[in-house]
Amino acid sequence: MTDLEKFRAETRAWLADKCPEEMRDGDITAENQCWGGRQWEFQSEAQKLWFERALDKGYTVPTWPKEYGGAGLSVEEGKILDEERLAINARKPLSNFGISMLGPALLAYGTHEQKDQHLNAIANGEIRWCQGYSEPGAGSDLASLKTKCEDMGDHWLINGQKIWTSNADISDWIFCLVRTDFDAPKHRGITFILMDMASEGISVKPIVLISGHSPFCETFFDNVKVPKIYGEGNPSVVGEINRGWDVAKALLVHERGMLGTMSPLRGTSGPESLGRHAVEHIGTDQDGRLADPALRQRIAQAELDNWAYNLTVERLTDEANAGNGLGAKSSMLKYAASELTKRGTELRMDVGGTDAASIGEEGIEYGSLANAWLYNRAYSILGGTTEVQLNIISKRVLELPSA
Amino acid sequence: MLQDAAAGFLGENAPVTAFRALRDDKAADGFSRDLWAEMAQMGWAGIIVDEGFGGSGFGYVGAGVLAEKMGETLTASPFLSTSVLGATAVQKYGTKAHKETHLPAISSGDSLFALAVDEGPRHNPDHISFSAKTSGNGYILSGAKTFVADGHIADKLIIAARTSGEDRDQQGITLFLVDADTPEVSRESTPMVDSRNAANITVDGLEVTGDDVLGEVGQGYEALEGILAAGRAVLGAEMSGSAQRVFSVTTEYLKEREQFGQKIGSFQGLQHRSAHLATEIEMMKSGVLKSLQALDENFETAGITCSLAKAKSGEVAQLATKEAIQMHGGIGVTDEYDVGLYFKRVHVAQQMFGDAGFHIDRYAKAAGY
Repeated sequence: MTDLEKFRAETRAWLADKCPEEMRDGDITAENQCWGGRQWEFQSEAQKLWFERALDKGYTVPTWPKEYGGAGLSVEEGKILDEERLAINARKPLSNFGISMLGPALLAYGTHEQKDQHLNAIANGEIRWCQGYSEPGAGSDLASLKTKCEDMGDHWLINGQKIWTSNADISDWIFCLVRTDFDAPKHRGITFILMDMASEGISVKPIVLISGHSPFCETFFDNVKVPKIYGEGNPSVVGEINRGWDVAKALLVHERGMLGTMSPLRGTSGPESLGRHAVEHIGTDQDGRLADPALRQRIAQAELDNWAYNLTVERLTDEANAGNGLGAKSSMLKYAASELTKRGTELRMDVGGTDAASIGEEGIEYGSLANAWLYNRAYSILGGTTEVQLNIISKRVLELPSA
Repeated sequence: MLQDAAAGFLGENAPVTAFRALRDDKAADGFSRDLWAEMAQMGWAGIIVDEGFGGSGFGYVGAGVLAEKMGETLTASPFLSTSVLGATAVQKYGTKAHKETHLPAISSGDSLFALAVDEGPRHNPDHISFSAKTSGNGYILSGAKTFVADGHIADKLIIAARTSGEDRDQQGITLFLVDADTPEVSRESTPMVDSRNAANITVDGLEVTGDDVLGEVGQGYEALEGILAAGRAVLGAEMSGSAQRVFSVTTEYLKEREQFGQKIGSFQGLQHRSAHLATEIEMMKSGVLKSLQALDENFETAGITCSLAKAKSGEVAQLATKEAIQMHGGIGVTDEYDVGLYFKRVHVAQQMFGDAGFHIDRYAKAAGY
């Protein structure tokens, strides 16, 4: 048995032994995932147990180094753990923006002291991070952001506004892009900074979406003082001052990678086939086929595209691990995943007909299909719109000329 | 390695200009016998045939590599009909005697095969009325088949015929492996829009024996499905190659062609369509590879995976060839430019053994809806 085969066997046994039954529903959604953070309350005993057991093994962040709270797994081992976890339909024990976005950026750009403080606190679920990127005037054109960061000698002084800060109201810290040089070309005056959301002068206002719910916020900075260092060798700025765009760009690739590896047609109603789900709701014709041929064709087309998409995630991930990373191809996955995700809930809404469109006295219930359908409109907007992804593919993958 | 060798050989010996010359000369065979002999020499004709029978044993993934490269150069050859359909039929469903007789002859390039399945203009293997009546110890075959690819040049025909049951029954279909060059078989060549050749075949009272049956009498539907699955996956690989090549030609054109004082590739209207197509091409490549792997790993259960791959590759290759013409503008619709040749070939490959709609519906049915 090779080392990897041995690792697979051990991992399978560990998962079988340690992952509670209730955590094997394959249903990882924003509503039921374990986010962590100071305000976090576990939704069930099973969720708590699964988190604690994974933490003990370094499996909340399996591929991070052991000194920063991970298990130090190689890329191949991490992939095996994922495969074995998915084979039993187990949820991730902990998932949040600290793990998927800030962590990889700190691993690449942080000092040892920065990693020591922040990565460990992410790994053990203590700190929940939010992302301060977009501004009212800087959406797709992110680099034109204007939140001002002034050097006051012993501290930074921040003034401005961020928008679409997901879960800012329940997050503990924020990683933020701020402008430190207003005279330099727009990409060259941006700094990547970390701050405590409890800092004086930060206020948060949730944004109510078309679903009636609010994962997003506006975040205001009014004379916020951010220490220059949090400890020896541990500055609040990641990377070099005025070179935060480099960090942000690397991190955006991770964000797209994360958004691009969702399972688009899973989620709101579990992993079963959309087609069979439709048969249950609509019934069959005299040949035993779904009694709505047009819907049948649309569902089958979506399942075909989803099949090809999942295979592509697998293939491109393998190629990336073997070579130089995913690079701009992550934009292809982000584009495909967000469009498919929208199609998936559109089709479920169509299958449900007027039943699905009926919301009851209390309005659209959090966690309902209608909520997911409405929220999913945002998938092709957040993390770079579909149109921005297509621009990136044109320029970076196809190398088409600029205007 | 096989990939580089194939690309090198085809680039040198069978570029698109060679295909164009075959077309312009109205070559009766529709392919070059010299080229085929060289391909056989390199082990391509027996690519899926076990080494014990003179093949090279590369499996369906290997066949897909070759088909993809031939799709890039639009190489016309008996590869699909003989080396994929014929070899699959004999290797998977033939008797020991069939294998010993036919597999070495396929691998050496000496024997050409064709599969006669359809009886109408739209692929429908559930609809078979070609008759095989019991007579003494054997059968008498009579009936007509349409669009038999390479039927005009085949030495051997594999015919799906009905030994019992009704027109649309899956039970009662039997596969026969017969000589093509006999007086009872008449073949009418039907040149196609892609400049490859096919034939309408009429059989009138051909006497055959039980030794000519491939697989089980009356149970030929399953064998037919297996042979078609292989054909669909490899056609998918061919279309993938055509789509990738025509897309790369188009992308290069977008970088060179100027209008309004700019490279047309700088226009967002074309960029976004190109980026969408590039994404779809990645999806297609993944699906095609999966179907070929499925055939190698578990041939019997690969059918639906091959249908999904055929559907995706058909859709994407059609989009790629249509976009290629549109983005080339006026020259895209001229005979002088190659993009039209790809457009025409992909259309026929898409029709062959079921278009995307056929396979999407087949998938839905298999998935229980």
